[in-house]
Amino acid sequence: MEYIYAFLWRIKWMCQKEMLSTLKDPSTRAILIVPVIVQSILFGYAATYNLEQVPYACVDQSHSRASVDFLAKLDGTKVFYRVETLLNANEIANVIDSGKALMVIHIEPDFASHLEEGERGNIQVITDGRNTMTASVASGYLNRIVDDFNRSWGGNLDAIRLETVTWYNPNLITRWNFLPGLMGLLSLIQVLLLSGLSVAREREQGTFDQLLVTPLSPAEILIGKAVPPLIVGLTQATIVLLICRFWFKIPMAGSIFPLYLTLIIFTLSCTGIGLSISAISSSMQQVMVYSFVLLLPMVLLSGLATPVHNMPYILQILTYADPLRFALESIRRIYLEGCTTVEIAFNFLPMLVVAVLTLPLAGWLFRNKLV
Amino acid sequence: MTDAKIILAEHLTKEFPIHRSTRKITALHEVDFSVLKGTLTALIGPDGAGKTTLMRLIAGLMEPSAGQLLVLGMKTQGNEQNIQNRISYMPQRFGLYEDLTIQENMNLYADLHGIDKNVREERFSHLLEMTGLKNFTERQAGKLSGGMKQKLGLACTLVRSPELLLLDEPTVGVDPLSRRELWEILQQLVKEEALSVFVSTAYMEEAALCQEVLVMNAGRLLKRGTPADLCSIAKGRCYKAWPKANMPTRILQTMLLDDKEHVVDAVPEGGAVRFIQQNEKEKPRPELNAEPVEERLEDGFMILLHQDKRKHEKNSLSKKNKIFFSGEYSLSEKVDIEVRDLVRKFGDFTAVANTSFQVHAGEVFGLLGPNGAGKTTTFRMLCGLLPITSGFLRVAGVDLRTARTQARANIGYVAQKFSLYGNLSVRENLLFYGGAYGMASKRLKRRMEEVLEEFQLNGQEDKAAGELPGGFKQRLSMAVALLHEPKILFLDEPTSGIDPLARRDFWRQITVLAAKGTTIIITTHFMEEAEYCDRIMIQDQGKLLAIGAPQEIREKVGTKEAGMNEVFIKIIENARERKRLGEKYDR
Amino acid sequence: MIDKVADGFCRRLKALIYKEFLQICRDSSSILIGAILPVVLILLIGYGISLDVKKVPMAVVMEDTSPTAQHALDFLNGSEYFSPWYVYSMNEAKQLLKKREVDAILQVPPDFSEKLQKRQSSLQLILYGVDSTTAMAVQSYIEGSVRQKNIALSKSVFPQKGRVVIENRMWFNDANTSTWYFVPGLMMLIMTIVGVFLTALVMAREWERGTLESLFVTPVKLLELLLAKIIPYFCIAMLGFGLCLFTAKFLYEVPIHGSIWIIIFASVLYLFTALGLGLVISAITKSQFLACQVSLIVSFLPALMLTGFLYDLRCVPEWIARIGGVLPSTYYLDLLKSLFLAGNNWTMIIKNCGVLTLYAIFFLGIALKVTKKKVG
Repeated sequence: MEYIYAFLWRIKWMCQKEMLSTLKDPSTRAILIVPVIVQSILFGYAATYNLEQVPYACVDQSHSRASVDFLAKLDGTKVFYRVETLLNANEIANVIDSGKALMVIHIEPDFASHLEEGERGNIQVITDGRNTMTASVASGYLNRIVDDFNRSWGGNLDAIRLETVTWYNPNLITRWNFLPGLMGLLSLIQVLLLSGLSVAREREQGTFDQLLVTPLSPAEILIGKAVPPLIVGLTQATIVLLICRFWFKIPMAGSIFPLYLTLIIFTLSCTGIGLSISAISSSMQQVMVYSFVLLLPMVLLSGLATPVHNMPYILQILTYADPLRFALESIRRIYLEGCTTVEIAFNFLPMLVVAVLTLPLAGWLFRNKLV
Repeated sequence: MTDAKIILAEHLTKEFPIHRSTRKITALHEVDFSVLKGTLTALIGPDGAGKTTLMRLIAGLMEPSAGQLLVLGMKTQGNEQNIQNRISYMPQRFGLYEDLTIQENMNLYADLHGIDKNVREERFSHLLEMTGLKNFTERQAGKLSGGMKQKLGLACTLVRSPELLLLDEPTVGVDPLSRRELWEILQQLVKEEALSVFVSTAYMEEAALCQEVLVMNAGRLLKRGTPADLCSIAKGRCYKAWPKANMPTRILQTMLLDDKEHVVDAVPEGGAVRFIQQNEKEKPRPELNAEPVEERLEDGFMILLHQDKRKHEKNSLSKKNKIFFSGEYSLSEKVDIEVRDLVRKFGDFTAVANTSFQVHAGEVFGLLGPNGAGKTTTFRMLCGLLPITSGFLRVAGVDLRTARTQARANIGYVAQKFSLYGNLSVRENLLFYGGAYGMASKRLKRRMEEVLEEFQLNGQEDKAAGELPGGFKQRLSMAVALLHEPKILFLDEPTSGIDPLARRDFWRQITVLAAKGTTIIITTHFMEEAEYCDRIMIQDQGKLLAIGAPQEIREKVGTKEAGMNEVFIKIIENARERKRLGEKYDR
Repeated sequence: MIDKVADGFCRRLKALIYKEFLQICRDSSSILIGAILPVVLILLIGYGISLDVKKVPMAVVMEDTSPTAQHALDFLNGSEYFSPWYVYSMNEAKQLLKKREVDAILQVPPDFSEKLQKRQSSLQLILYGVDSTTAMAVQSYIEGSVRQKNIALSKSVFPQKGRVVIENRMWFNDANTSTWYFVPGLMMLIMTIVGVFLTALVMAREWERGTLESLFVTPVKLLELLLAKIIPYFCIAMLGFGLCLFTAKFLYEVPIHGSIWIIIFASVLYLFTALGLGLVISAITKSQFLACQVSLIVSFLPALMLTGFLYDLRCVPEWIARIGGVLPSTYYLDLLKSLFLAGNNWTMIIKNCGVLTLYAIFFLGIALKVTKKKVG
């Protein structure tokens, strides 16, 4: 009992010191908080595949009622706006190359006659493929307008009607999907750097030796070192959460408990990775480079911007070592889908494994690093 | 004629703004001096005197706030590059590229200064010989010991002979042997190449080798003159007294130091204590049996400093810890540290070879040796920071590396360089370490008050530890190490880089601690400090060369009353000579 | 006299660059960033990261098992986009969706074939909105397939009725793979990382370790010091760039429609901008930790998020696009994408290169201005 008390007492001081030395400097405090706010707002607006405006140009060689009607319908939407009306097809290249128009609609001379004769009235559409995603989203929009046009032009010919319902994100807004993910991403960067630098800085400044001659055990040092990144990570995640909820007004379906449970487990595993990096590095510069080199693949493999199932099988297996992947998945599902702890419990496992492997490793390396 | 004056300062003032405050710190206040061409000029003064600021101003790395500064006949402002083309400067912490080898570091500076390839070879071998780095040219600078780095920095600075050489405490952490060689080089350069050298130093015997000495304190110039001028201040005030039988010299020294009314300064030397009387006319008390000795530069310096100090502040030394001496002193039977056949290898390199020694309870034990002798390695093994390669090692009955963590509560440790949290305040540092040692809050509170008082840190509690001046940092390190009242105290070069005044205070505290029964193990580069120790051990190149009381060692070498510096150099040279002969014989 | 000055300049520069290269070789971290990271990233992006949805698992609830219904849904079988998972109750399908076994549900109601006769049938598609990228892709594929089906079905019934059909051609990316458009973005990222992040870090290290104080009091000029940092890291970044270019061309066969020389020229301009920014950051922060943070915040994250690398600037609100328009990386990425996939568009080349030149001059100028041979 007394032993436990002494243990807790020392941990209390260790944590207090770590918090103080991390957060004492006002510029560090500022750099940990302000960019998170700015970034989540900025990136929240930036992260969207939802085209609000499609600049297009058209070449109408048909000059028929049908073609004029069609273009009028297009112009009547809020999304499509015409930037240029071209006179012949030779000008198409220029409009697309310069990026002036995302799409060129080319209506050929026989368009109307084909339509009248009951054949297909073909419209050539040229999209700018330099950004594949945008191009396919735009043609998706166009197709829907064409369906509409067909119905009003020739009456409903379609035998099959498709009714689409989207669960959890009715309008398929990318932001809804991206912002909860940002909770994980932004805290990952800081947690990795903070925990990575904490030991390396002490080594570089010589304070680590002083720490090692005290009765503090590696476990106590480890806990002390893990607490500030944990708290900073959770604070940053909370800031992003508040911005999601109150600035972007993304409805939150799940509850706070599983969300924070996920965040804690996630931050813990990141701290483990950071501390391990710290323990093997000999300078602060190495820590920063290593964390950075690790960070990019972690983000790419996490499914933040591109879905995990699109990856080849081998890479999908690799993602099991990436805590960010499971954190993102869990956070999104809790936030948007309203999953309970039990439903996402499986996602905790890979993160816990990472934490269980890296944290003791880091603790062991504190004392046994060969330099 | 300004031409002969290579540096000319008139009313030179430098102020630094305080962060988020309109007030300013005055680092230099209306300093006037000049340095003549072709001379060796020393700059001495305690920490915070403004020595480094002055050096940087001369090197064109800072701009003066007011006053004039002419270097090589040019105003520094606007002519920085012109000046920098023609001078060489060694900063206090020379910025070596740690991942480059010795050779590569030197090549870089030689290339930057445009040294001809054919001149270079000769110069390099000369410098490497002098600094004792000849055998390590392929070693990366980051893997050198502190003193060796310093020597390499000096070698890089001396790749060419400039018109003016600025050296900012070039010999901090450098052993006496190398220091002597280094000063020989400097003197030779002045003589042969008519070099002008401006050097700041903490060693008074080095200042004595210069033609002119500037004494600074708290940003002001106290005195300017030849070493003889400075010595003469202490004329007829210096005496020497021997302690009674069975009394450690440090006790007598402390008693004399505490006698502020009559004594300015006291320092152990050659088994006796050398002291300065406050008053020239007053003779020392008869019971001391003191005899007059010749005055030295250090005596003059100490008198100047004490005068200046009294002008500016009240007497600060606490009266609390008066020293009591029972009259009996003998080595305790109890062994606190036992080391047998200790070996430590780094790859092929043997840092510590077959070393055995014991440290008794309540003893002051000194570890001496030139740079790279293996002192720090031995130390780190004792503290459990480094695994041993082979041998037997016990500290307070356990091996700290494998022992339960609680065993470490028995020791206190002060590392070579300041290693507390610089961004935490004094109080926060103390609180943290108290907590780390598991001290209960009541005891912690009491002890904090005690150590703050004892190490004169009152009033500094809320300052960031990293921003304290050098002497304060050192005291804080001590305060932290002693907070939990350890039985054994490890001190790794605690006095390197601090001025004589602070060193006196430091040793006084050690004396008090030892009198209370704390075991103290200390490494030092100041050989005269060996005089404070009960027993010392001298290492070189990983081997133990001598162990015993200072007096015994002195007698062994056959120089009974010589200063420890001389004894040390003799021992090392003898050992190296033997080794050379042995190698020859082997061949 | 001038010869002598130039001689000294070259000698000192050579010595400093040699030193920098030694340091780079000794410390694995620069190589890690300059060579290993680009390769890892390009392999990941080439083989792993893709916005192109393939083989999406989809639950198909066959409440109507008649041959008509099966015939109507034949587009699902053998499609490279879907892998259908036939189930017989909606509950089962919902369970699968909950368990994340499938990404969408297509429900075929019991009266499907019956209503099809009356040309009034309906299909219900349930999308999983948490993963909006996949959901959007699934939606458009299914819509397309149903449209095709409808055309086929109507042709036989109403031969006299014509209808508008879109013939889509995507220019510049005939294969319609996202790899093609990620590659230029990746190059931009590598340049940013080496130019800003690594350079700021190594220069801040010199400030922090005090190595500059010793260098300052030598005949070394400020310009030489900066050039000695710029040149080696320029080489490292170009190495990473070269690796990316090589892999893109020969491994992924990304077409290079524009002139390769203009690509290199634009990259050099951008690199100078990045190096200049890196030097400015280090001179202002003088600490590795802050330099790292600041370069992440001002260069790397915006380059990732606000330049159109991941998210097209045409989609974002205007004020975000304006911020993107201030970043040099946006101009570089724009030009790079165009040169790779579209070809030489001189108006754009001149405009963007002009902007990059101005940025390069601006940042290098600032770097020269804020770096001072002073301490404290």
